[in-house]
Amino acid sequence: MAPPPSAGAAADAAFRVERSTRASRIFMASGIVALIVLATLPYWAGSGTTRLVAEMAYYLALAQFWNLLAGYAGLVSVGQQAFVGLGGYALFVLCSAYGFHPYAGIAAAGVFAALMALPIAFFVFRLRGAHFAVGTWVVAEACQLTISQFKSVGAGSGYSLTPAIVRMVAPDRAGRDMIFYWLSLAIAIAALALVYGLLRSRVGLALTAIRDSEPASRSIGVDSFRAKLMTFVVVAFCTGLTGGLIFLQKLRISPQAGFSLQDWTVVVIFMVVIGGIGTIEGPIIGLLIYFVLRELLADYGTWYLIVMGLVAVLFMLYARDGIWGWVNSRFRLQLFPVGRRFVRTTERDSGPPRD
Amino acid sequence: MEWLSIVVQGCLLGGLYALFAIGLSLIFGIMRLVNIAHGDLITLAAFVALIAADWLGLYPLATLIIVIPVMFALGYALQRGVLNRTLGESILPPLLVTFGMSIVIQNALLEIFGADTRRLVVGSLETASIALPGGLYVGVFPLVIFLVAVGVIAALQLLFYRTDLGRAFRATSDDAVTVELMGADNRHLYGLAMAIALTVTAIAGVFLAVRTNFDPSIGPSRLIYAFEAVIIGGLGNMWGTLIGAVILGIAQSIGAAIKPDLQILAGHVAFLIVLGLRPNGLFPRTRD
Repeated sequence: MAPPPSAGAAADAAFRVERSTRASRIFMASGIVALIVLATLPYWAGSGTTRLVAEMAYYLALAQFWNLLAGYAGLVSVGQQAFVGLGGYALFVLCSAYGFHPYAGIAAAGVFAALMALPIAFFVFRLRGAHFAVGTWVVAEACQLTISQFKSVGAGSGYSLTPAIVRMVAPDRAGRDMIFYWLSLAIAIAALALVYGLLRSRVGLALTAIRDSEPASRSIGVDSFRAKLMTFVVVAFCTGLTGGLIFLQKLRISPQAGFSLQDWTVVVIFMVVIGGIGTIEGPIIGLLIYFVLRELLADYGTWYLIVMGLVAVLFMLYARDGIWGWVNSRFRLQLFPVGRRFVRTTERDSGPPRD
Repeated sequence: MEWLSIVVQGCLLGGLYALFAIGLSLIFGIMRLVNIAHGDLITLAAFVALIAADWLGLYPLATLIIVIPVMFALGYALQRGVLNRTLGESILPPLLVTFGMSIVIQNALLEIFGADTRRLVVGSLETASIALPGGLYVGVFPLVIFLVAVGVIAALQLLFYRTDLGRAFRATSDDAVTVELMGADNRHLYGLAMAIALTVTAIAGVFLAVRTNFDPSIGPSRLIYAFEAVIIGGLGNMWGTLIGAVILGIAQSIGAAIKPDLQILAGHVAFLIVLGLRPNGLFPRTRD
């Protein structure tokens, strides 16, 4: 059988598949500079700034994880606080009762959250779409209420890490602040690297396909259930790990703080929606906007939440892809190149090279 | 006999939960929208009742004549102005818009009314009870709520199966595109559906305000009870929703009898058991 005529023309022109863009290469270089500046921050900035940037760092991680779940795998969870709380409690119990070193406790917190994600998935994966969202919320509430029943972990009022455990991290407060800062920064960078690496992999291709159209992705052989389950468990692991780190910094955990919908899910969702859901760059922008708003409106009670909520609603109504979506559609900018572009390498054909 | 009493109380509590759940069930049935702000709209209705009772000096249950029209109008405006824009292929916009609305309503109520717990007092009706044979006592007010819930469902069934509007609702639920081709205005229909849902929410809010203490933060847990009742009962089935609400009420009542702080958890456990055994609920009618 003769090849169709267009195939011959395509063979004459040589194509190359490119992943990085000029913007992404510039960004990568400036990112390394920024990283050096951030890594040395505790040495030249005040302790207040250091603590704020540490908080931003772990929120960036949480935002990336939620975005991976909701923006790519289509699993809109309103119950990620379950994994933050479970991770936090796992760390506290393992360090207090089983003599774990806090660093080992952080790792174990992730493992524990991932193990719990399996039975949780058994229930919530039976629910579709928006019902899945509320289902995850119910599970988080159930976790909070269950932990409140255990007197050994302080029941409803919570409990603290003993000074002996805290001193295992560093003997004084200034030293601990530095270590917590670097751990938070490390988790943020690891989150970016993980999401970036995952999205460039085979699984990432499946997830991106599911994001764009689940029925279409299934018709070309993507095992969407498997990809979703895997993402759910991986995100649970990472969120639990982050939860362990967060509560190691806070030194005290209670069911209300550990499983706070507002702290661990609401603000994270607002960040991702405003910045741009389904992109790696979006949550970074949303994070910056959230912290600027929070600092500006710090004296006005919960107004920053009302403002963030309204802004998020307006974005969902009028600019679904968020700020980064707008930037991307206008300037075709990709700082974390996860797609593939065809670049024509021969000059023979007329017309400019196209993406 | 004590256990029988617990079950009866739980059953009546289910009446209130059914009122929470009907609006949610209705909206999902007609336009496949899960309104995350549903619980906060119930709280909003309770605060509207509070204002009506305070400013106009109305008897708490008489505030319904104010709260119902307010919520009906709000529902229509909300659907036409905001929510119709979110309907489409993707589940993200409706979910995240109603989620954002939930946070905005909750915190706006907190800013306006503060975090104090409130209650509407109806005097003797609250404590009145009927003695049944066998030493069983049933509160008159919980019984009234239960009967109102049954009445509301019966009225909605009549609306759905006996009127032109009901036929239009069922038709859009089955195939929204074809109904538009037949000349129906879906945006208007959805507006009316949300208005009717918020009418039920208004009734739920007023009864909530009389029966229990409330404050701006209670919305999310009302949404969760409503959701659990809908899923236990099966999607698209109003009577199923009532049974789901009753099961949830009985589970919570039994939990509370074992230990007061087990009430809510027992409800969640009952929900998860049903979800584990029957993913589509007990009496499903539509598939999502």
